[in-house]
Amino acid sequence: MSGDVAVLGAGMHPWGKWGKPFVTYGVAAARAALADAGVAWGDVQMVVGGETVRNGYGGYVAGSTIARALGWNGARVATCYAACASGSAGIEAARTRILAGLCDIALVVGADTTPKGFLAPNAGERWDDPDWLRFRLIGATNPAYFGLYARRRIDLYGASPADFAAVKVKNSRHGLHNPYARYRKEVSADEVMESPVVADPLRLLDICATSDGAAAVVLASMETARRLGHADPVRIRAVSTVTPTFPNTVVDLPDIATDSAAAVAAPALSFRESVAAAAYEEAGLGPEDLSLAEVYDLSTALELDWYEDIGLCAKGEAEKLLHEGVTTIGGRVPVNPSGGLACFGEAVPAQAVAQVCEVTWQLRGQAGERQVEAARVGLTINQGLFGHGSCVILSK
Amino acid sequence: MTTQASAVEGWLDVAGNPALLGKKCPSCGTYMFPPTGSWCPNPSCSCDELETVALSRTGTVWSYTDAQYRPPAPYVPSTDPYEPFAIAAVELEEEKLVVLGQVASGYGVADLHVGAPVELVVEPLDNGEGADKLVWRWKPVAGADRR
Repeated sequence: MSGDVAVLGAGMHPWGKWGKPFVTYGVAAARAALADAGVAWGDVQMVVGGETVRNGYGGYVAGSTIARALGWNGARVATCYAACASGSAGIEAARTRILAGLCDIALVVGADTTPKGFLAPNAGERWDDPDWLRFRLIGATNPAYFGLYARRRIDLYGASPADFAAVKVKNSRHGLHNPYARYRKEVSADEVMESPVVADPLRLLDICATSDGAAAVVLASMETARRLGHADPVRIRAVSTVTPTFPNTVVDLPDIATDSAAAVAAPALSFRESVAAAAYEEAGLGPEDLSLAEVYDLSTALELDWYEDIGLCAKGEAEKLLHEGVTTIGGRVPVNPSGGLACFGEAVPAQAVAQVCEVTWQLRGQAGERQVEAARVGLTINQGLFGHGSCVILSK
Repeated sequence: MTTQASAVEGWLDVAGNPALLGKKCPSCGTYMFPPTGSWCPNPSCSCDELETVALSRTGTVWSYTDAQYRPPAPYVPSTDPYEPFAIAAVELEEEKLVVLGQVASGYGVADLHVGAPVELVVEPLDNGEGADKLVWRWKPVAGADRR
């Protein structure tokens, strides 16, 4: 199909916490993706980097930092920042350049080194920065927002902390055999429910950690893929980087308040639902076509929200879907076969690229002991701060 | 004692019955908080002369959580050792928007449920440099029906 681009290669540096320069991880992931693609670095015409905001100037210009580290080859560069959605924004920049006929082969890299503990805003007195103000005025950390969403599942749908723990149990099993995951250890529901509360009702083991890590993909036009001998590559069918539609009535990080629906009624789809809907429309596919999904489980409860937002079930039905085993490997639509953020911890600019790497390996049948049987179509989804949608649909 | 004032100038009327200060579009009726823009956020409205208005002092809880661990700077704790506080997202009925805020001191998540009525109070931002800076807090309405 004319709107498709090929994923020629996928590569990652394992997730962990070593405190090395982000470029070290990024180069390792880039080289792995190039080797997987069978593409020489000199043949890459565009490099897109996911920006990292905690690693100095080199992080602000991640695209050129990675290109330089690989050895200047004259490629065009771009750097994308869309918070947690930076990776898919980078994929979109590369994809559109390829589809425009301006480029045959592009490399997209996300890499990060993260500090310990809560992600915090940039330093200084920043009374006009909403991300700074939410900490200064309210003490609203990222987990606080996850706690708000989780509490609504309990009060509105009758969900329980045991349901949330079951998500962690599932994902910890999925990630056991993933060589790139940081946490490869089975976790019991009791361990989750005995861990300390961070942001009621969420406990420490309900919330994803922050990690170092890197992921990269090599993208090419379908014609180039065939020319290079990739007869049947995994294809990107859609990328959705939509923003909210006014009025956005769900309080999103890092905002202190929502839009007002006093004059204009809230749209039929919530922002998160609209992110998936736009991708389905572009791909000409629907939730019934999915073989698997990689969703952004910043918290266990948020994974359940995503089931509903991507159309796997109706509102309030996610817990049932989980307990029926539908989203476990072996079930109808495994969710987070990689182990998800529960097993990785978040490496912000790398994470959305890592989701695409996992789906690529699953669709190729290369996922080893976490392989989803007969995987044909996969979806990745997340949401970045400041209204960044991120959804990629891939197929064989 | 120095004069207490809104932690962020123009966000909070602290005289008399305290209230958040928002913007309202005289043309389409859309509200805005924080009051940081001078144009209407409704994309189908081109009005750029917004009025400053006091927002509703009461609302209902959209959701709530707490901070069992001390948030990182620039958050400044009010007590040493740190004591957890609760956060509520509160829907204002007339304005049809949700505003986050800490829950008034002395109240926690056990005092809240989705849909519970709350009212706005003002409290010092912290006990240090923020002692003369006032912020809004959401206080459960006494005697309101409990779940």
